[in-house]
Amino acid sequence: MPYGPHTTADRQRMLDALGIASVDELFDDIPAELRAGDLALPDPEPELELTARLIDLAGRNRTDLISFLGAGVYRHWTPPVVDQILLRGEWYTAYTPYQPEVSQGTLQSIYEYESLLAELTGLDVVSASHYDGAAATAEAALMACRHTRRSRVLVSHAVHPHYRATTATYFGPNLELEEIPVVGDGELAGTTDLEALERLLSDADHPVAGVVVAQPNFYGLLEQMTRIAELAHAAGALFVAVVEPVSLAVLAPPGAYGADIAAGEGQPLGIAPQYGGPYLGILAATDELVRQIPGRLVGMTTDVEGRRAYVMTLRAREQDIRRDRAASNICTNQALLALAASVYLAAIGPHGLRDVAALGAARAAELEAALAALGAPRLHSAPYLNEFAIRVPRARDVHRRLLDRGVLAGLALADVEPGNAAVEDGLLVCATEVTTSADVARFAEALAAELAGSGPQATRELAPAGSGGS
Amino acid sequence: MGVVGERLQPNLFERSRPGRGGGKIPHPPKDALDRLPAEARRETPPALPELNEPEVVRHYVNLSQLNFAIDTGFYPLGSCTMKFNPKINEWAARLPGFASLHPLSPDEVAQGTLQLLWELEQILAEVSGMRAVSLQPAAGAQGELTGILMIRAYHFGRDDTGRTEVLVPDSSHGTNPATATMAGLRTITIPSASDGGVDIDAFKAALGPRTAAVMITNPSTLGLFEKRIGELLDEVHAAGALAYMDGANLNAILGRFKPGEAGFDVMHFNVHKTFSTPHGGGGPGAGPVGVGEKLLPFLPSPRVLRGDDGRFRLERPGERPTSIGRLRSYVGNTGVLVRAYAYLRSHGGSGLREVSDDAVLAANYLKKRVSEAYDIPYDRACKHEFVASATPIKKKTGVRTLDIAKRLIDHGFHPPTIYFPLIVDEGMLIEPTETESIETLDAFADALIAIAGEAETDPETVKAAPHAAPVRRLDEATAARQPNLRWAPMTGRQMPCPD
Repeated sequence: MPYGPHTTADRQRMLDALGIASVDELFDDIPAELRAGDLALPDPEPELELTARLIDLAGRNRTDLISFLGAGVYRHWTPPVVDQILLRGEWYTAYTPYQPEVSQGTLQSIYEYESLLAELTGLDVVSASHYDGAAATAEAALMACRHTRRSRVLVSHAVHPHYRATTATYFGPNLELEEIPVVGDGELAGTTDLEALERLLSDADHPVAGVVVAQPNFYGLLEQMTRIAELAHAAGALFVAVVEPVSLAVLAPPGAYGADIAAGEGQPLGIAPQYGGPYLGILAATDELVRQIPGRLVGMTTDVEGRRAYVMTLRAREQDIRRDRAASNICTNQALLALAASVYLAAIGPHGLRDVAALGAARAAELEAALAALGAPRLHSAPYLNEFAIRVPRARDVHRRLLDRGVLAGLALADVEPGNAAVEDGLLVCATEVTTSADVARFAEALAAELAGSGPQATRELAPAGSGGS
Repeated sequence: MGVVGERLQPNLFERSRPGRGGGKIPHPPKDALDRLPAEARRETPPALPELNEPEVVRHYVNLSQLNFAIDTGFYPLGSCTMKFNPKINEWAARLPGFASLHPLSPDEVAQGTLQLLWELEQILAEVSGMRAVSLQPAAGAQGELTGILMIRAYHFGRDDTGRTEVLVPDSSHGTNPATATMAGLRTITIPSASDGGVDIDAFKAALGPRTAAVMITNPSTLGLFEKRIGELLDEVHAAGALAYMDGANLNAILGRFKPGEAGFDVMHFNVHKTFSTPHGGGGPGAGPVGVGEKLLPFLPSPRVLRGDDGRFRLERPGERPTSIGRLRSYVGNTGVLVRAYAYLRSHGGSGLREVSDDAVLAANYLKKRVSEAYDIPYDRACKHEFVASATPIKKKTGVRTLDIAKRLIDHGFHPPTIYFPLIVDEGMLIEPTETESIETLDAFADALIAIAGEAETDPETVKAAPHAAPVRRLDEATAARQPNLRWAPMTGRQMPCPD
């Protein structure tokens, strides 16, 4: 065993102390008929060989592509200081700060995270983290149900499809999740249909607990958040804003437009894409909802000598205290990623964060112009920040073929919304501060070549393994 | 703590000075945001602190040194399996091929990671004796929710809609009943038998047509193997219910007991416990679930599939309509799973069995040593952890388990889990793991024994502990009565960017 300290003599000493001949005797309480045979697994692999195996596996992923893929996970530049702080064993090999006297580092860092995210969202209470944007959104919808004692939640179709699916799973048959459609055409195409929302809210027999809308939405478009908040509140519902944290440097924060809860994915704050996680579920709320927010909270207090110190608090919401009456079953959270987000924000600062958001917007405008010029115009007309959909004939095929030209052309929307005719020709593309003018030019060049030669005779069969969007 | 000067730090906001920092991001064109509608724009910039990098580094390095961690000392936190976190795992997860891979990459771009995930599923299936594994759940509690939702879907699929109850023993983790509630089911708590085990007769009496599932932690949260588990599983199935195994204590039984073969229908793994991925100050973890035949159709989507051509792909949306759906975005906490994969490969089948052998041997040895001064309420061979009780010490001296835990800090140890499971008076749940040397185990036992002596000779010192930590005991009552959950003095004071 590679990391065990025990020599044969050590083991013998322990066996002698216990007065037994073999460690097998300590497993005598497993009934004979239930004992397992040997594990049919490969032999232990020395680190030297394991290193080669891992390098080989990592090398089978393509990292040579110029990427315009976002759809909830964004490529950003992360200052090296973030990972170097994270690699300190004092952070990543500690656990939940149950013993505050020897956990002040973690506790203060969480308090600071809560404070940083409260500033960004314009809300009061921030949980110490949830699993990801999807789980945070589901928890926000459940909070709305608990607070209003109602069981029906409306979620915009333009919320990330994975978040909608996750919320549906969390809701199960006892709670009701209904979709607000998006506008089909015109200036507001692709944004939440407010007339439909009004209709859905007006059903007096089925009062609504919460309204969930994303800003920017899944298609990258900006929603009319102030108006939606008014509609939700007029119906006695809470308003849940699904947000992207970097955008909050330049977009109105949820607290400013009347959101009661903000949920979102914290990955853009210094966290690598890692094929899906670990990420950072952001969940923030107004003071009024403090007893309903699930997950850990850290508060400031003093020790017996009057020194400032931090401690987990309002624990009566949590599963280890309240068991079946807890606000959620969450225990392990994403604390290390909350730390990453905090170090990122501390290192990059308020002006740096604004520059990241504004640069992304500028690069995206450049991308839009370049693609439109060669016949791939936007699919929608509403304003966007740094992500938008373009219309390309046979988008899915073109998307796959562009891989051969070294370009990951965003997301073929048909991969995540199969059967939705409105987005069948759509590629969702984004730009961030790491997108260069050369990247934009290369994408435009590749797409132009593809569109020029994309007659039926040039279409080749897609590999069966062709889906990436599930 | 062997450091010079005060380690307690002002917070990030107090350190902020207007004009500090910068130099990291190029300035965008001035008109970059002009095309956004005014209504959507932020009026007041967020009041984030302005700091330069040297300050940021000192802030976080000093804060880190206020933490106790596995890398700094013995951390016998029962139920949490605080074993050594191998450094190669951290290196592996940061390989650019893994770290920079976007989760919506087309499958042909992600073959390396998909292969790793597929292999990891096979390894976990072999370890657990389960038919198949989903790596999607982000943590153990989410694995529990996944399992219970699958069980509910199974019963509904058979038009057996009256099963609304989940039976859990009173020694269970709080996540078990909280999960049942989240899944819309009702928890029935079954008291433990006098030997600390599951009370088979009480379970039998509670089982019936309303039972959806039983949730069992085996070995139990007392560190004891449920000897009558086979009988219990038979009863559960005879009643038409399914059996969930909480895998939190898997570190005790690798290569010795396979829950799937024994008859459990579903279990979760805590890879941040058993398979050495770091606990991260509270997270992240990962909570894969393994299922037997009955629950196979209900696994979350997407699954990782291998085609006949040896290529890997993710299930497409809607491909398997029987699935319970998604528990989260994308495929899972892949970065954590890369670490677990490295650990499982480095150990292999024989190494995993040695892990459990050594973990159990160490726990029994430590139990024997601790019994020199403490009550051991369930004194039989334990598995990877055991419960000691300070009830006799409390009766005699007034010193409580909480005090002993705090005094351990002064001796350089992290306290064990205390007052859990709830069924033991003045309990300490001690889990040494397999990566601690016999010298460490002895030193910890010596410290506990010394504190028991001190409780008699100098109880006030013990009751006021810790004395050597960065801070003393905290005013938790005020923290809860007047919650201060964020730093607000800077709010609204941030000025727009000077250029």
